[in-house]
Amino acid sequence: MTRKTILNDSHRALGARMVDFGGWDMPLNYGSQIEEHHAVRRDAGMFDVSHMTVVDLRGDQVRPFLRRLVANSVDKLKKPGKALYTCMLNETGGVIDDLIVYFMAEDFFRLVVNAATRDKDLAWIGAQAAPFAVEVRERPELAMIAVQGPHAREKALSLLDEASAAKVAKLTRFAAAEASLRDGGAPLFVARTGYTGEDGFEIVVPEEHAVALWDALLAAGVAPAGLGARDTLRLEAGMNLYGQDMDETVTPDEAGLSWTLAFDADADGAPRAFIGRAALEAQRATGVPRRMIGLVMDEKGVLRHGQRVLTDGGDGEILSGTFSPTLGRAIAFARVPAGSANTGVRVDIRGREVPVRAVDPPFVREGQVLVPDA
Amino acid sequence: MSEIPGDLKFMKSHEWARVEGDGKVTVGISDHAQGLLGDLVYVDLPDVGDSVQAGNACAVVESVKAASDVYAPVSGTIVAINEALNDKPETINEDAYGEGWLFVIEVEDAEDELAELLEPDDYAELLEDDES
Repeated sequence: MTRKTILNDSHRALGARMVDFGGWDMPLNYGSQIEEHHAVRRDAGMFDVSHMTVVDLRGDQVRPFLRRLVANSVDKLKKPGKALYTCMLNETGGVIDDLIVYFMAEDFFRLVVNAATRDKDLAWIGAQAAPFAVEVRERPELAMIAVQGPHAREKALSLLDEASAAKVAKLTRFAAAEASLRDGGAPLFVARTGYTGEDGFEIVVPEEHAVALWDALLAAGVAPAGLGARDTLRLEAGMNLYGQDMDETVTPDEAGLSWTLAFDADADGAPRAFIGRAALEAQRATGVPRRMIGLVMDEKGVLRHGQRVLTDGGDGEILSGTFSPTLGRAIAFARVPAGSANTGVRVDIRGREVPVRAVDPPFVREGQVLVPDA
Repeated sequence: MSEIPGDLKFMKSHEWARVEGDGKVTVGISDHAQGLLGDLVYVDLPDVGDSVQAGNACAVVESVKAASDVYAPVSGTIVAINEALNDKPETINEDAYGEGWLFVIEVEDAEDELAELLEPDDYAELLEDDES
């Protein structure tokens, strides 16, 4: 049974080519995914991300619960509205999902998790929450629209009432605030976050107001963009896709996500006992066997998921691979043996060994190409 | 979706062939095929002078989404390739049956091979069946 977001008819009216994505009927593109990509890099684009799962956590023990549940430290969240990107690990250090945690109030945190992992995430979070008496509530009645690009903020701000606009305009990166629409006053939750490497907002809106918000953004000159552009944008921006770049068999250290791990201490000085910590420390002690790298191919062709990567330290494989519209050539993430050199790397493309350059992601941020000679 | 021109013949794998009348057959991919592939970013064409066999892969078109082999609808020798596609592969997205042609095959006697190909109406029916 395919699920539809509240914006399904809006996508079809715009001529979208629809595709099944994790059980959801979602727009792949509205014509040209490359044009949609450039619209986000150069101006402003929007994505229906209502398929993503919003989970509200409430209770006196919600902070201690999150200190156990996720690998980054929610103690970095000092002011209400601040957000944190983190992995949720199993006991062996494998990634169950990656998610964003929003600090709403001391007894109220909000999670936004992936659509494709919804069922297992809710089961895992529910089971872990029980000893902390934390209420776990999914919010399927909330839609979400990501507005991204160098002009995304000003276009979105133009739709808010005066007081909201003043408040939201001051949001720093990875911060969020309640707001309301100027026309009709629909209550919004606006976060300065995204998955494109451009500035912008992710806006949570009650379903009954989602179509009006979408139409208002269209009228403000924000281009609709589909999952195709979302994938090329996030890959250029060096952002992982769950299920492709990491899963439960991969630790964050093997997925380029070491920066999201916090090996901090509790108030009593004891190590913070987040799930998976012992396994990560054990893996680090014996040596992390694999690492994730970025690849750029200067020759013709497109790097694709599953292609074999040859290094002096043994074989690896392409995780996410695509054609980068900004660079005009193929880029990819690959997982390779930890000790391998960054020089002499090749990819097996239909039996041909094609040389590629190993680089540190991201490839593009805020419209700027970060790869030398690209 | 543009109209299917009446002077073309098709393979089930979505290549089109236009018999030019002087022993030459122009080949491309259908508008339906470019729509499925999405934005094309590379084409890998055969060389002029290459011999090709009907039903064998002789070119590759690659989109952001996927790479796809292009099969020769008839046997013969490649006498022209659309080099403009190297710089502007998106021409196939914009005009699959016209400026987006891929290559021209010179044939000796392709009667039997051409008879194997689908007429426009049959190809249109195939697409409808695919979608149902």
